[in-house]
Parts: sequence; structure tokens; C-alpha cells
Amino acid sequence: MSAIENVSRRRFLTGGVIAAGALVLGVHYYPKLSARDRLPHDTNADHATLHPSVYLGIDPDGTVWIVASRSEMGTTSRTTLPLVVADELDADWKRVKIEQAIGDKRYGDQNTDGSHSIRSFYDAMRQAGATARFMLIEAAAQQWGVPTTECKSDLHVVVHTSTNRTLGYGELAGAAAKFPVPKKEDLKLKPRNAWRYVGKGQVSYDLEALVTGKAVYGMDARIDGMVYASVEHPPVLGGKVKSYDDKEALKVAGVRQVLPIDPYQPPPAFQPLGGIAVIADNTWAAFQGRKKLNISWDNGPNESYSSDSYKNELRATSHNPCKVVRNIGDADAAFVKGGKVYEADYYVPLLAHASMEPMVALAEFKDGKATLWAPTQNPQGAQDTVAKELGIPKEDVICHVTLLGGGFGRKSKPDYIAEAAVLSKKTGRPVKVVWTREDDIKFDYYNAVASMYFKAALGANGKPTAWLQRSVFPPIPSIFDVNAVYGDPAHLQQGWTDIPYDLPNLRIENGPAKAHVRIGWLRSVANIYHGFAIQCFTDELAHAAQRDPLDYLLDLIGEPRTINFNGVEYPNYGASLEAYPWETGRLRHVTELVAEKSEWGKRKHGKGSGVGIAAHRSFLTYVATVVEVEVTDQGEVRIPRVDTALDAGLVVNPEATRAQFEGAAVFGTSVARTGEITATKGVIDQSNFQDYPVARINEVPGQTNVYMVDSDAPPAGVGEPGVPPFIAAFCNAIFAATGKRVRDLPITKLGLS
Amino acid sequence: MIQLKVNGADQSFNGEPEMPLLWYLRDVLGLTGSKFGCGVGLCGACTVHLNGQATRSCVTTMATAAGKEITTIEGLEKNGLHPLQKAWMQINVPQCGYCQVGQIMQAAALLNSKKKPTDQDIDEAMAGNICRCGTYQRIRVAIKAAAGEMT
Repeated sequence: MSAIENVSRRRFLTGGVIAAGALVLGVHYYPKLSARDRLPHDTNADHATLHPSVYLGIDPDGTVWIVASRSEMGTTSRTTLPLVVADELDADWKRVKIEQAIGDKRYGDQNTDGSHSIRSFYDAMRQAGATARFMLIEAAAQQWGVPTTECKSDLHVVVHTSTNRTLGYGELAGAAAKFPVPKKEDLKLKPRNAWRYVGKGQVSYDLEALVTGKAVYGMDARIDGMVYASVEHPPVLGGKVKSYDDKEALKVAGVRQVLPIDPYQPPPAFQPLGGIAVIADNTWAAFQGRKKLNISWDNGPNESYSSDSYKNELRATSHNPCKVVRNIGDADAAFVKGGKVYEADYYVPLLAHASMEPMVALAEFKDGKATLWAPTQNPQGAQDTVAKELGIPKEDVICHVTLLGGGFGRKSKPDYIAEAAVLSKKTGRPVKVVWTREDDIKFDYYNAVASMYFKAALGANGKPTAWLQRSVFPPIPSIFDVNAVYGDPAHLQQGWTDIPYDLPNLRIENGPAKAHVRIGWLRSVANIYHGFAIQCFTDELAHAAQRDPLDYLLDLIGEPRTINFNGVEYPNYGASLEAYPWETGRLRHVTELVAEKSEWGKRKHGKGSGVGIAAHRSFLTYVATVVEVEVTDQGEVRIPRVDTALDAGLVVNPEATRAQFEGAAVFGTSVARTGEITATKGVIDQSNFQDYPVARINEVPGQTNVYMVDSDAPPAGVGEPGVPPFIAAFCNAIFAATGKRVRDLPITKLGLS
Repeated sequence: MIQLKVNGADQSFNGEPEMPLLWYLRDVLGLTGSKFGCGVGLCGACTVHLNGQATRSCVTTMATAAGKEITTIEGLEKNGLHPLQKAWMQINVPQCGYCQVGQIMQAAALLNSKKKPTDQDIDEAMAGNICRCGTYQRIRVAIKAAAGEMT
């Protein structure tokens, strides 16, 4: 063995030096490990005969192991990223086996959020596949005694082109492993016309398991000797247990123990909320025991929080000058000059994630080390949080990632996993913590409540001569810094500072708001309230100017140009503006496309029926949506049809992308129709699907048509971008159908019924 | 002692008669196909068949299940895949998949009572089953596809 081959996986785990970020793949050598070195969480790829990348291994029987390092919550990234590897390798998809990675920094970023799995890992996956193909071709050429230039790959084989001789990947794996791993610069990636899978797509690798009940979610994780826990959390954020009586709880059959969990030290971040845990032999006994607890709480300062008065505070803040976050020209001077001035307030309440699988985690603390099994979007975050809570090194926390029963951003926060780990340490047994739906709704990291104020002066042809917009919302950084009250650039950028209109005078402001609940990322995040407000206010102005909403929207977007962000902190979702410029021409194009496909202006709409349109860029993807609604005399809102056009650059898996945009229309329906979390005296008022309803089959769009722009641009997000324009187009359609303007979500406040 | 049949096999249970069937299936028998979603019969993720009827196992006590025949997703089809499962795959219905077992069990009960369900039949039968990923459009298509297969 060469020196480099002695760098074992074990050494990596104890702080060795071969850690490679995803983006430097291929320049490091990943040796085959001997069976003796095997750790329970090594991958089969690690031990395969040919193992040129952390993501990939090939065995002599031709099996190709591909490691899915991102979490699967329904977006199909666990299938789509390996598909990119398989394509570049020319592998037969039927001979690919996908393995789920544990949390491990050698895979680079694993926090499956922000719609960036494909965008951030597309190149790395291609390189992994191309690296193995390069080595297999070298091995075949050597075996035949011919130059590599006479050899090429075909489906799972290397072919000698002049003689048509072939050697299978399995046969070549051993010989290929003797070659050095090629440099990234030496790799030759397949041309687009040779792609097998990319752009054509593939259904989920787990599809059969999903329909037979064999798929293992966090809820389904089991190990020998485990006990079940259910935790009564402080009803108000930051509250503490004053005293408790567990006598009755301990009498419940199956209840073993009642244990306090310390309250968190502010800021909350991802720490457990604290409270009283009931440990039992089964989930139900733990739930029953909890009902018998008698706890006296010290609610703390957030007891003063009530949504009604808070809404008034946000609105009042937004009616006064706030912090300027972007300015073009002089809006105030233009307002003075005249033209008709329009003002409007928009409001979106707190929103909960309500993934179908409530928070759940299994943890075993043993011999100073923790092993976790959890439906997490963020296994490395779970390692960090659990290590801190238990006072052990991160390397001593192993986090296995199960399938996720939905995530939508909630499962990026590992508070529930840390809870299981803390309880395992206290009990000395493996503990599975199961949150009830009520826990899930009441102790979420909510999408921020937001109030937005607009003022615009309309000039000739109804076009705005000046535009002022102010937003006020408790920011996500408040979970890490209790004094954070202003919107941060990462969230102000989300459809707010990047308003795509060609305006001569524009001022964008943001005001302060203190958080009283945990605020977090929810599918589309700040784009939900920003997109709704801007696109609905635009529709208001179109009607005020007596213009067709589509023509007016296109007029405001203006001629194709690249937005100049000089003087604005615009993170562009973590991507460079060189690779992913903000091109208004692409937004214009999807708007025109959806108008054409939906036959805008050509369909007849009877009484109580109408269509609305909206366009929005988020997560680097351009989307425009037309929604048709019918409102009955009884005020019942139906959505017969949705058309949505998107430009997400290269779409690797069109089928999965289509599904994401169908789902986004349903998610948006839930937000707009009924989505509202409120608090009274610091306690969340809602608890389950009866008071936090989400859309059901009889309430959702009858048909959602998805049109994808064929693009050579680099891949962008598809999980989140469909939601914001849907919500705005839906509300604009309600106006078209009823003449009633939705400025406050959800639409139940409109009093249609 | 409570006696019942689960997927054709006789079982007996001497725990709390008030325990919901869902937790007996999951925690005692280890049949984890049926899911916990809300605990109060509002989401349908826990749907099983009780004497052939689609039933929310999270609000069905063991006392109620006594003497009954229970079918879970694990026992829906003895040989291979049920036509609904095939249709679900063909139409590529699932996203996260967590609710889909309950959706399929609910749809199977629907097709047992109505060979050719209309859109309205589907809405009525399936409105108790929530899918947060929003796969409803495909569920509707898949039910119709399976109905076509089964006749």
C-alpha cells in the first residue's frame, strides 16, 4: 500500500486530513478499506473495489454504489443527484444501488434546504461519474493494449471502437482501481447529446418502498431496548417549569419514568425547549402519561405576546420611515411632484410547516458516544447540536438519516433530535422522542409574520413614477441573537430588494420587529410574503390604471436587462451573480409563456369567475403563474386550473420538477386559503388540523399545468420557487372574480362566505 | 385478553383496551406501514381496513378492534402489488410518501365499494386524507387508472 492508501476512514473520523469538500472532488484518493477497518456507518461505496470518490464505488459484480448525501423529503434529490453520477459514468441505472450517507463533513454541505441540492452538487456528481469512467477506460485500454483514444464507454461497458470488443464495468473495477485518480482538469465530460438520464429524469429510487409501506421514516426507526418519550414543553417560548407533580403520570400502565429537561439558555437556536418528559414502553403510554402531569409554569416575558396587538405594532412601524435597504432616484421628490398616489398595507401571519410526519428522533447515548436516527434535513447540524448538548466531540455523534415524511424547512432545525439525545443520556437507554401533531403546531419555527406598506405614484399610462415599499417582520436571525430585529440580506433579498421593475424612483425600507416565537425557514421563506405583497400590489395598480394585468406586469418588468445590485447587499441565494445573473428577460419570457399557454385574455369567465397572474424569481428560478378561480354565491372558492411556467436553467429531472410545481400550487393553496398561526398571551392558539387546516383533495387546483423552459443556463432551484407566484396569482384571481382585494392572508379574513 | 386478526394472522393482546390500534400495530407488532400523522382522525395517514372498512387506526381502540379482521398495507395484497400500488407507481404519485399508505388504503376501500368512481366520489372518499406535499392531482389519476385495471 502506498502512503496515501494508509489514510483510513477511521483516521478521517478522528480528524484526519483527507476531508474533501464536494467541489474539490476527484483530486483526492479514496482508498478501498479492508473489512477489518469497517465501521458500522461506512458506506458500501467506501469498501467497493473501485472507489474514486466519496460518492461512488464499483464492485466486481458490476454493482455501482452511489452515496446520497442530501436528505430525501419528497423532492427526489436522493434519486436525481445519483442519476447525474450514473449518466456521466454511463452506468446502467438498474445496476445502481443508492446508499444514504450519515452526517459527515467529507460530503460537503448536507443541509437540504434552500432548493440548492442540484445547483450546488451537479458539477460534483458529474465529476464523480466522469472520474470512474476515465479510470475504467484506462483499465480496458491497458487490457487490450490499445490507446485510450480508441476506447469509449457505453452502457456499463467500455468498448474498443474499431473491434467492438467490450469489457464490463465489473470486470474492469479491480484493474481500474490501480490507476491514479485523474485530475479534474483531465476529465472529459459527456456532451449534452450523449446524456442518458439528465434532462429525461427518473422516478424515485424508493418508489416501490413508498407505496408498500416498507420505506423507513424517522417515525419507523427501531432498535432493541428502546423506550419512547413524549415531552410537555413550556407553553410560552422561554418559559420554565416552576414545579411539577408526576404521581398520576407514573400510575399510567407502561410509563417508566418522568424526567425534567432543562430550559434552553437564550438564544434558542436549535436547543431543546425544555419541559417534562414521560418515558414509556410505547408511544401511546408516553402520550397518556403526559396528560396526567401536573405542571406549574413560569411563562417569562413572552407572555405579553398576542398576535392582534403585534399586528398593529408591525403596521404602525411600517407607516413610519425605516431603514433604507435600497434606493434609486428620489421617490419622495417624485411623490411631491404629483401623479395619483396609491397606498396599501399587506399582511401575512405566522405559518407552520405541518409536515405529515411530526418531529421524531431516536438516539442512543452509550460509552460517551451518541448515535442518532432521524428524519433530518441537516445531519451535520444535528451532530453539532447534540455534541454541544451532551458535551462530547462532534466526531462522537453519528447521525443516520432516515427518509423524511416531509420537511419544508422544519427538519433543518435539530431541536427534537437533541431532545432524544439528552433523554438517552439521562435514562441510559435508547430513546425515541415522538412529537404529537399538537407539539408540532405549537412548537414550530414559524415562517415570519410580516406587514408590508406600499406607496406608488402613477404617471402617464399608469406607470409608476415613484415606488416606496416597507417591510416589517421578526427575522430568522432572532433565533441566534435575541436582539436581532431587522431583516438580514439573506431574507430581504427574497423577492424584496430585487423587485424586478424598471422604476425611475424606488426606495425599499425595512423596519424592526422583535420575535416572541422561534422564527424559521418554511418552503419559499420570505418570498411568501414579499411575492404576495408585490405581485398583488402590482395587480392593484394595473386595475387603478385600467390596464390589463398581464400587459401592466410586462410593462413594469420592462425590456430585458440584468439587474444592477450596486450598493445593495444581494447574496443571490449564495450563488455568484456572474453564474446566475438576475435577468429580467427570463422573467418576462416565463410571463409571456404562461400567458400564451393559459390563453390569457381569450378564455371567457362568467360571474364569480376570473384569472390572476403573478411572476416571481426565487432560488434563482423564474416563475410565472396564472390561476383561475370560481367563487360560488356561498363564498366557496374553487380553483379549476393553474398554469405555471418556469425557467430553472437545466432541469435534470423534469418529472420530479413537474411534481414539485404541482405540489407548490397545493402548498400555496394552504397558505392562502387557511394558513394562519396566532398567539394569545404567548401561547399558540392552534393545535392540529382542525384549527390549522391544510388543503385537502376537494380544495386544491383541479389541474396544474407545468411548462418548463428548455435552457442551457446552469441548474437552479425547483422545490420552493413555485409557491410565491401561485399565492399572488390566486389572490389576484379572487379580485378578478369578486372585486374583493386580498391584502391580508389568509383569505378567510375576506369574508367571502 | 383481546383477540383479533391482523393481515390474516390471529393475534392476542393483553394490554390497555383503550390503546389505539395504530400504536398496537406500530409499537407492539412492528407493522410500521401505517403512519401517525395527527392522532385525532383528521389526516388519514393511519388508515387501515377494519372488516373491510377504511378506518382511522389512531382513534380506534383495541377494545373496538377486538374480534375484528384488520388489514394493513403490509397485508393489502398477498401476491405482488395491488392494482392501486401499481397505478401509484405508474403515475409517480408519491413525493415524501409518508401519507401514501393511508391514501392507498382509503382508495382501496373506495374501489371495493365503487368500481368506477367519479371525481366527486373520489373527492368525498379521499377528503379525509391529507397530503402536505400536494400529490392530489396524481392521486385522482392513479385511482382512475387502477379502477380501469380492476374491471
